[in-house]
Amino acid sequence: MSAPVRTTCPYCGVGCGVLAAPRRGGVEISGDPRHPANLGKLCVKGAALGETVALDGRLLHPVVRETRGGKRETARQAGWDEALDAVAGGFRKIIDEHGPDAVAFYVSGQLLTEDYYVANKLIKGYIGTANIDTNSRLCMASAVAGHKRTFGEDLVPASYEDLELADLVVLAGSNTAWCHPILYQRIARARELRPEMKVVVIDPRRTATCDIADLHLPLKSGSDVALFNGLLDYLDRHGVEDAAFVDAHTQGLRETLRVAQAGGDLHAVARACGLDAHLIDEFFRLFARTARTVTVFSQGVNQSSSGTDKVNSIINCHLLTGRIGKPGAGPFSVTGQPNAMGGREVGGMCNMLAAHMEIGDARHREIVQAFWNSPCMVAQQGLKAVELFDAIDAGKVKALWIMATNPVVSMPDADKVKAALAKCELVVVSDVMQNTDTTACAHVLLPALAWGEKDGTVTNSDRRISRQRAFLPPPGQARPDWWMVCEVAKRMGFGEGFNFSSPHEIFDEHARLSAYRNAEAENGRRESEKPVALRCFDIGGLAGMTREQYDALLPVQWPLASPVSHLPSPGTARLFADGKFFHADGKARFIPTAPRAPANPADAEFPLVLNTGRIRDQWHTMTRTGLSPKLADHVPEPYVDMHPHDALSCGVRAGELVRVATRWGALVARLTTSGEQPRGSVFVPIHWSGQFASDARVGALVNPAVDPVSGEPEFKHTPVRVGAFGVDWHGFILSRRALDVDGVTWWTRIQGRQFLRYELGGRGPVQDWPAWGRALLGAQDPAADWLEYSDATAGIYRGVLMQGERIEACVFVSPRPDLPSRAWLSSLFGKQQLAQIDRVGLLIGEPVDKQADTGPTVCSCYGVGRNTLADAIRKHRLRTAGEVTACLKAGGNCGSCVPEIKSLLIAALAGSDEMERR
Amino acid sequence: MSTVMENNGTAVCALDEILPDMGVCALVGGRQVAIFRVGETDRVYAIGNYDANSGAHVLSRGIVGDLNGRLVVASPIYKQHFDINTGECIEDPLASVRVYSAYVEDGRVFVAVPPAGVRGKVAQKPRLVVVGNGMAAMRVVEEILRIAPDLYDITVFGAERHGNYNRILLSPVLAGEKQVEEIMLNAPEWYARHGIALHTGDPIVSIDRPRRTVRSQSGYETTYDRMLLATGSNPIIIPVPGRDLPGVVSFRDLSDVDSMLAAARHGKYAVVIGGGLLGLEAANGLMRQGMKVTVVHLMDTLMERQLDRQAAAMLKTSLESRGLEFMMQAQTEEILGHDRVIGVRFKDDTVIPADLVVMAVGIKPSIELAKSCGLRVERGVIVDDTLQTFDPRIYAVGECVQHRNATYGLVAPLWDQANVCATHLAQMGFARYQGSVTSTKLKVTGIDLFSAGDFMGGEGTEDLVLSDPRRGVYKRLVLKDNRIRGIVLFGDVADGAWYFELMQRGVDVSDLRQKLLFGKAYCEPQ
Repeated sequence: MSAPVRTTCPYCGVGCGVLAAPRRGGVEISGDPRHPANLGKLCVKGAALGETVALDGRLLHPVVRETRGGKRETARQAGWDEALDAVAGGFRKIIDEHGPDAVAFYVSGQLLTEDYYVANKLIKGYIGTANIDTNSRLCMASAVAGHKRTFGEDLVPASYEDLELADLVVLAGSNTAWCHPILYQRIARARELRPEMKVVVIDPRRTATCDIADLHLPLKSGSDVALFNGLLDYLDRHGVEDAAFVDAHTQGLRETLRVAQAGGDLHAVARACGLDAHLIDEFFRLFARTARTVTVFSQGVNQSSSGTDKVNSIINCHLLTGRIGKPGAGPFSVTGQPNAMGGREVGGMCNMLAAHMEIGDARHREIVQAFWNSPCMVAQQGLKAVELFDAIDAGKVKALWIMATNPVVSMPDADKVKAALAKCELVVVSDVMQNTDTTACAHVLLPALAWGEKDGTVTNSDRRISRQRAFLPPPGQARPDWWMVCEVAKRMGFGEGFNFSSPHEIFDEHARLSAYRNAEAENGRRESEKPVALRCFDIGGLAGMTREQYDALLPVQWPLASPVSHLPSPGTARLFADGKFFHADGKARFIPTAPRAPANPADAEFPLVLNTGRIRDQWHTMTRTGLSPKLADHVPEPYVDMHPHDALSCGVRAGELVRVATRWGALVARLTTSGEQPRGSVFVPIHWSGQFASDARVGALVNPAVDPVSGEPEFKHTPVRVGAFGVDWHGFILSRRALDVDGVTWWTRIQGRQFLRYELGGRGPVQDWPAWGRALLGAQDPAADWLEYSDATAGIYRGVLMQGERIEACVFVSPRPDLPSRAWLSSLFGKQQLAQIDRVGLLIGEPVDKQADTGPTVCSCYGVGRNTLADAIRKHRLRTAGEVTACLKAGGNCGSCVPEIKSLLIAALAGSDEMERR
Repeated sequence: MSTVMENNGTAVCALDEILPDMGVCALVGGRQVAIFRVGETDRVYAIGNYDANSGAHVLSRGIVGDLNGRLVVASPIYKQHFDINTGECIEDPLASVRVYSAYVEDGRVFVAVPPAGVRGKVAQKPRLVVVGNGMAAMRVVEEILRIAPDLYDITVFGAERHGNYNRILLSPVLAGEKQVEEIMLNAPEWYARHGIALHTGDPIVSIDRPRRTVRSQSGYETTYDRMLLATGSNPIIIPVPGRDLPGVVSFRDLSDVDSMLAAARHGKYAVVIGGGLLGLEAANGLMRQGMKVTVVHLMDTLMERQLDRQAAAMLKTSLESRGLEFMMQAQTEEILGHDRVIGVRFKDDTVIPADLVVMAVGIKPSIELAKSCGLRVERGVIVDDTLQTFDPRIYAVGECVQHRNATYGLVAPLWDQANVCATHLAQMGFARYQGSVTSTKLKVTGIDLFSAGDFMGGEGTEDLVLSDPRRGVYKRLVLKDNRIRGIVLFGDVADGAWYFELMQRGVDVSDLRQKLLFGKAYCEPQ
């Protein structure tokens, strides 16, 4: 048994260290106790990584799909040479005919820094267009733009430990508990150790994060600027100001205050935010009196048509109070993706150049071109994500290379994206999965290495560069993304700039570029007499590493200008401690932010507001997390969450299917009324694609409104209406093999342990249920071992297909959504041999012994079901989550199920009170 | 009861020597008798004084009272209740005591105790003649002996040369799973012990109602005050040539079983005509005895009166796998042979060999005797809800009767009828027989089958169906107006009795509907 490999989690921007040990039949995953981001902890998603590394559904060889007469022919397997020639030749031909701006790359925060670097280099320095944008545009662009406006560079000043050092943590637009679970746990633990520490959650939804909140401000969607302007005014009026800092290190306060004051008094702010004035007052007082304040912000702030202003309105408050660059204080953008930061560092966006240099700055262009010695250099910004797909739709961009992302699912107005790709002359997709909504649109499919196979670096939310290391051999013909880009570049005649043989060489070039003619590095290693440009992003200290040093690189926070001999280096925990910013004058800017309403207001036709977001146990479009049965347990189906009163007025009921429609698109999912939603707001998770549900791509519904500065789409505010989606029958199927359920009106697919589960909703009568069930499950053979139950007048039908002693598949149908629990039936797929007593229970879907049905999983880590928990709570008279953990382990690992355990405890307590009253 | 007894009792005491609602003890004819006076009346009751529960002669010291409308005395020891009309111990019938005739004459209390050793032989007792020694008749007699042991002078005439046996266990006997002795219910000694005159192998051939006499085959004539007619049924013999040949039998009684067992010892091929309950049991038995058996059935499915098509098909498959062969929709044309059966020819001229032919196509009530004496008969002997025929002295039970237009060929209705009939014959009848809902089980070891009610369904009915062919399980419930109307269970009959009870009680099953077919275990709250 070899030692585990130290690598980094491929999910959110926390960037946790992972120990991966390949074992026979899988990979053993655990948290890396030495990684500063997580110190050994992992969330459910991270802990389940081992379930996602199997080769099911993987794209393992290049695929070419020719176009004839405008129609894409059947895909066929191709060799690398043919595929790469097709990409290089296709791009070359379109560039020759229509110029470089007719081609584009659409890349991803899932790429490693090295992959990102070469893609950016190829398109900006060699092809000669800035048409490279990334899915980071969908999550981080407003933070980037806000940082640049105020700091002069895209810089995150704080460190994770500041969350623990703070006396007040404000979580704005962040469901930290679900989206950044390890950070949430660090905050929660700090708060346990220091009960005086306060947590404020600013979010229209009452999310799981609110469990540790001292104060929750359920503000009106999109009203963040009004709130923070109000705070700025309050701080100013109450003299909570670091005058020395403001005088010495900032500009623009007067105008900014003037704009903020226009928001009116506390009551006007309360009205604008739809909040009680006393809540706001409490928040302002708390903020005013707490010097050590960190404001964490995330997608709830960024994904807005005024996202950049929201970011700046937050930072303004930190500048005024001088709470920046100090332990336990600062604004803190938390990123969504594992390497959004790395992408930003290499400049992999259409409005950046490279290494934190700007396209619009001639000096920067000159520096980069000189360093690359490239044939050309872009002079103008390229197309941002939404503009890019519009340009494809308009026929202006004719060739697109999509890397490691799934825009047909994730973009706003996603149906238009799909239509645009269908029209596009050349669509290249490099991905790890064979079938995604986006690979379906590709002319050329390039098999990429997945997590565990690829090798390089990523940067997390607190500027920490960590190595992602391979611990699995490359499967099939899959290759690293950087290799594909370099091969295409060579075939386009740009060989001299892309003669890389390893990510180590690329990283070295990237590190050298960051230091190249950087004012900070001027002394001592100035390479020429040419002009220099000051950039904070300098990792010159990591340049010149040997291959071995690169492989052994420990997590480190940039900037890091010191030479490599000092490694391991602590790096730089906090920026701006010296009050030095990165505008030309070295001062930070206050940015006046006038509140703006979201782009599209709700109206009579679309009276509610759609909010989108992540759920705890899925990642992005589920191409990888969707493979994990453990992760499917938490929220198995796409859902729509509403306030119960809104549900009532829309004539829809929890548990039933509803249709959610906007001017751009519609979806169908099951309604829940969790109690998290305020009136007027509808929440739908972002994860479900056409691979996992017939009709649940929320991207198709989202308005393509964008922030004018950052170009980030407004994912959190689209006017919407909700109505019943009547079906004549409900059903579910559990099957060991994938089935074709496209004939069913509505379906969703859920990965189980050794089976797939399909939830179904059907319209129209089925004349012959037995024939229908047998055909769907592949049991037409009359000799098949087929069990069935029917209550024909009630419309109930159930069939089970056995194969030897094993259950192969089953289907349950009813006109009402009153189908039996899937939990026990699901458990049977783990058995090689069903006992007679199991077989007897098959058609009722429950065991004779009720104890055997543990109920839906609550604790994914230890696989503890709701029934088991409820029984134990009752039986052992458990009173606290801690006691539950002591008894059943549940909640003792990642802790993300603790809120649910608490609600079970409350329910049990209410139940026993009830009993006593009787 | 005392009024029917002739007043030949022993004077015991003056009536006013017994306090109202109290008892006294008297030694009469060497027996301790507990005598009770109820209220300020001159009604007195006498029962045995011995309380078997405590082993002491104490009942006379008990307190008289009313228990659900019955006059009882509570034993002073452990408080068991004894009906002072019948002597029945309500808590434990085995502890019941004898009841004696007691009456008041000229202010004196008299008790009549029959002399020891001549119980039931007293000439003065009314005579009950029982025509038939089958299960129904004997169940009535047993009941009478229990509730009014000294009421009748009983004479039983039976056609068979046996005591009374359990006819429904003939199948296991044929299959070799039980011995004849094991299915005997009442041996001749039992009759003797209860003072019953038993005439076996000597059926009644005529009844003279005006003279109230019966005459047996052997010419024995006797009179009756009451008669119980229980002549049972006869197998239907299909009218084909060769039906009288040796080797052609029905499956009705022990002699048929003897014939079949004898045939099985010598012959190889058996043909059973009739794929109903009886035919299949016979076929299974013969197969177990080593014969190669073909079941010939006129219809296209087996047991069509009890099973729907799918259950019938599963039954057929199951029986075939055991080695039975079937000829469905086969019409028998002739039974072949000269001095003994050798084969069967069908309408399509197919011929199959046969060393034994069993006719099991059904039964018909045996009504010739009733008809000959002018009783009202249709398909069976017509009886009312007390099992009385049109002649008030004559009662009838069992397969020979037609009640509310129904005739029965199964055992459960016989028990219901016998219980009602016995109370009326014991002159304490109030119960009414209102017909039976029947259920069927096939007595073939290893095959579980249960059928009851209207399993075919039809207008306005709903079906719950479960099938697991590999496990050999098929269940179907027919519902109407949320009540069970019919039951067909194959392979898993564990819940048959429960469904049957729900059906008989007419329970609204709408709350159970989702889980009903999966059985009682799932429907009970846990």
